[in-house]
Amino acid sequence: MDFFSFFKKKDSTSSKNVAKDRLKLVLVHDRVNCSSQVLEMLKTDIIKVISNYMEIDEEELDIQITQTQSEDKSGTVPVLYANIPIKSMRKVNQD
Amino acid sequence: MSEVIVITSGKGGVGKTTTSANLGCGLAMLGKKVALVDADIGLRNLDVVMGLENRIVYDLVDVVEGNCRLKQALIKDKRYNNLYLLPAAQTRDKNAVSPEQMQKLCDNLKEDEFDFIIIDCPAGIEQGFKNAIAGADRAIVVTTPEVSAVRDADRIIGLLEASGLNNPLLVLNRLRFDMVKRGDMMAIDDVTEILAIDVLGVVPDDEAIVIATNKGEPAVTNPESKAGQAYRNIVQRILGENVPIMSFEVEDTFLDKLKKIFRFGN
Repeated sequence: MDFFSFFKKKDSTSSKNVAKDRLKLVLVHDRVNCSSQVLEMLKTDIIKVISNYMEIDEEELDIQITQTQSEDKSGTVPVLYANIPIKSMRKVNQD
Repeated sequence: MSEVIVITSGKGGVGKTTTSANLGCGLAMLGKKVALVDADIGLRNLDVVMGLENRIVYDLVDVVEGNCRLKQALIKDKRYNNLYLLPAAQTRDKNAVSPEQMQKLCDNLKEDEFDFIIIDCPAGIEQGFKNAIAGADRAIVVTTPEVSAVRDADRIIGLLEASGLNNPLLVLNRLRFDMVKRGDMMAIDDVTEILAIDVLGVVPDDEAIVIATNKGEPAVTNPESKAGQAYRNIVQRILGENVPIMSFEVEDTFLDKLKKIFRFGN
């Protein structure tokens, strides 16, 4: 055990990691070139379409752009992440 | 075979001009015929960093507009007779040159049997940037380990790849190893993880750079300078040699030594 470790800041809160986390987040948005306004419009449209088929919990709805490992594992790619809780299905006339 | 390398960054003040001067000088030291082209029209600086500001007669815009021949505008370096500088125009703006004209200029320099043509790109992503990269075969992106510089580097990498300059290489400039050790500065791994780009070199923050710029003598010529050594290593890598990224061990401070005494096991 390091005697001086009591005085050290925890690694996760070191300013370097703060910088890294902030950068990663800001670059996800930079790279897809998607403003929060566009994201809000997208959200409204998604709700509109899905509501035709099912009743959803709009309060708990979460739509954001994040990143994920690309399929060939060569790096990360942006993804549109949507978590949409369903309350109930609507009866859809299939004809 | 000749190669056009553009030195770019997006953000200003991260060391594009210093890197251009040192890489150009370093390549010339190894006997390569090098042309340094200052593409920062309106804000020329490569001439003062090289210490050649008193020798300018014609500039890049004069060549492009046909006011002089290319050979007349190329300034021979004081130290190496195989190193030349094509200065930027100071009294014109970035729109004085088009990407097509830059492409032609690069082709003409290649015909003049230069081994390397190093282009110092202006900051920003507008016309000046587009001009500077037009004739390039490969790109080097310079950044410092700060959020603003890394963010801009990411943008530049995207724009370079969109223009067909794939796989640009990274030079991480002004790294302070004492701060990296404390966890207060992003290290090379942190930056490459974010930018997903291969590293050409790491240049430590070094007072010798300021002194060298004061004198107009690139630090690569100074055998004592750590930054100079870093630039010499980068030059070797450009020439295809496999030189490991040098580790810059920070000397233990009194407190570090004390810590080691008190460390049990671990």
